[in-house]
Amino acid sequence: MQRQGWLRNRRLQEAIRQYNRGRAREVWPHLLLKLMPANRFNGFKDYGIGIGLRIPHYTRIFEKKPVVDWFEIISENYMIDGGRPLATLDRILERYRVVQHGVSMYFGSAEPLNREHLRRLKALVKRTQTPWLTDHLCWGSVDGTYSHDLLPMPYTFEAAKVTARKVREARDYLEVPIAVENVSSYAEFHISEMTEWEFLKEVVERADCGILLDLNNIYVSSRNHNFDPYEYLNSVPAERVAQIHIAGHSKFQKYILDTHDHPVIDPVWKMYEHSIRRIGRTATLLEWDDRIPSFDGVHAEALKAEKYIHARVAAVL
Amino acid sequence: MTLVQLQRRMAHAVMQPLTSADRIAPKTDAGFIKPNDRLSSAERLEVYSRSYWFRVLDSLHDDFPGLRAVLGQRAFHRLSRAYLAECPSRSFTLRNLGSRLEDWLQRKPQHSGGRHELALDMVRLEWAHIEAFDSAAEKVLGPEDLLELGPSFRAGLQPYIRLLSLHYPVDDLRIQVSRASDEHGAASNAALKHKHRNLTRRVSRSKPERIFLAVHRLDFTVYYRRIAPEEYRLLNALRNGQTIGRAIRSAFENSSVSTDEQQSMLETWFAAWAELGWLCPPATPGRKRLTQ
Repeated sequence: MQRQGWLRNRRLQEAIRQYNRGRAREVWPHLLLKLMPANRFNGFKDYGIGIGLRIPHYTRIFEKKPVVDWFEIISENYMIDGGRPLATLDRILERYRVVQHGVSMYFGSAEPLNREHLRRLKALVKRTQTPWLTDHLCWGSVDGTYSHDLLPMPYTFEAAKVTARKVREARDYLEVPIAVENVSSYAEFHISEMTEWEFLKEVVERADCGILLDLNNIYVSSRNHNFDPYEYLNSVPAERVAQIHIAGHSKFQKYILDTHDHPVIDPVWKMYEHSIRRIGRTATLLEWDDRIPSFDGVHAEALKAEKYIHARVAAVL
Repeated sequence: MTLVQLQRRMAHAVMQPLTSADRIAPKTDAGFIKPNDRLSSAERLEVYSRSYWFRVLDSLHDDFPGLRAVLGQRAFHRLSRAYLAECPSRSFTLRNLGSRLEDWLQRKPQHSGGRHELALDMVRLEWAHIEAFDSAAEKVLGPEDLLELGPSFRAGLQPYIRLLSLHYPVDDLRIQVSRASDEHGAASNAALKHKHRNLTRRVSRSKPERIFLAVHRLDFTVYYRRIAPEEYRLLNALRNGQTIGRAIRSAFENSSVSTDEQQSMLETWFAAWAELGWLCPPATPGRKRLTQ
C-alpha cells in the first residue's frame, strides 16, 4: 500500500515537472487534471482560499494582520486617481496577494470596450500585479448608457462572437490572463440558440480565456430556470477553470436572488465538492457583500472549502 | 433580432421609471423575455428593473446627504427619480452618477423645494466633496522649491482641491448632517427624531451668506476651509497657470485691502498652503485644468 502511494506521488511529481516544461500532453494528463494547482488562465499561480476585501474588515486586517491566502478586490473601487482607497490598497499589497475582480467591463455589451475604463484598469493591474483578472460574462451598457447591473446574455452565436472578440481585445491590452464569470440570472430570451453552459463554452473557446466558475450563480440560475446544475458543471471545460466563487443567496417565493448576504448552503457545498473532484484543487473565493459578518466569521466560512480540497488531494496522492 | 437591438430594448425597459408602488410600468415591453412556470415575462423583467432603480437611487442617497436634508426625504426621492430618468449613468462607475446633477438642477428649479440657490450650493459642495476624496495628488512643493518665489514664479494647485463660491453657508450644514449620520447608530429612535427635527429647523432658517470655500483633503479626510474672496481669486489664478505676480494683482484688483494688509495676508496664506501641501508644480500644457 505504502509503495503504491509512493509510486503515485512520484508519477504526479514527474507529471507536474513535464507540465511545467510545456509537455503536459505527453504524460499522465489524467493525473494533472485531478490535481491541477495552476494553469495558464490563472497565471500558473497556486492560490488557495481567499476572501473579498471589504471596508468593514480593514481595522481587523491592519491591526491583527491575519493569515489570508489572498484577497479579491473589486477593481472599480480602486480605478481612481488618488485618496484613501488607493492608500489602503497599497497597505494591503505590502502584506497580501490580491486578485482583481471587475463588475463593469461588460464583455457582452454590443458596443466597443470603454477605452477610459481599460486605461484605468491597466494602471491598477500594474499596481496590484494581479496574476489574473476576472469579470462577468454579461452585458450592462448600451449606446454609452450604463445599468451598473450584470444583465443576462442572449445565448446566440452572434453574442458569443462579439463577447469573445472583446475578451481577446481586453486581454491583449491589459497583458494579463482573463477569466470570465458565469452570472446568476432571472430571465431567459426567446432568441437564445443554446444553453447557458454551451454558450459559456462557445465564448471561452473562441476567446481562449479562462473561467471563473461561480457555483452559487449556477445553483441560483438552475432554480430560476429549472435545469440540473450538475449537467452544467459536467460540461464546463475543466482545464479552463482559473478560479471558483462560492457565496450565499436569498430565497423569495418565486425565485432566488444572488444577494451574497448568507452563508453558503449545503447544496452549493456539494457542488463545490463535485467540482473539486472533477476540476482539481482550484483558487477559491467566498463572496460576502451585504450584512457582512466579522472578518473571522467570513474567513471561517471560506475555510470550510479546505475540507473538500484536502479530501481531493488525499484521494489523488 | 440582433444583439444590439435586444440590448436597446431591454435597457429601455429596465430603465423605465417604476410606478409609485415600485412596480414595473404596466405597458413595459417584455415580449423578448421567456416566461416560466412561476413568473411572466414582465415579472422576470421587473427583477432587473427594480434592481436597477434601487441601486442608482441608493447611490444618490449615499452621495448627497446634505441635499436630502435641504429638500426632505420625499422631495429628494422625487428629484432623484426625475434626475436619473433624464440623466442615466454615462460612466462605468457609480461614483460619477451625480456629476450632472448641478447642471440638471439649474434647469429644473421646480425640484428645489423653493430653496433653489441653497439646494444648488449643497449639490456643488457635495460633488466637490466626492472629487476631493479621490482625485489625484501631485508632489507637494517644499520649502526648497519656494526659495525662488518671485513675481514670475509659477505654482500649481493640488488637483484634488475644489474652489467654490457659494451663496449659503452649506459647509456648516453639511458637517452637521454628517455628525447626525455618524451618531445614527448609537442613538435611540426618539433622540434621532429630535435631532432630525433640529436639523430640518436649521435648514429652514438658513440665511444667505456669501462664502468662499476650498474643499481639500488632509490625511485622506475631506475638509472644508473657508477662505477670503481674495484668497479664492488668487488660488484660481494660480490654478489657471498665471505667475505669482499676475495672480496677486488679479486677486487684489478692486480690493479695499491696504498694501500692508495685503502683505500680511499673503504671508499667512502661503504659510497655510505650504503646511497643507496645497501647492504643486504647475500643470503642464495640454493637461486638463480644474477650475470652478
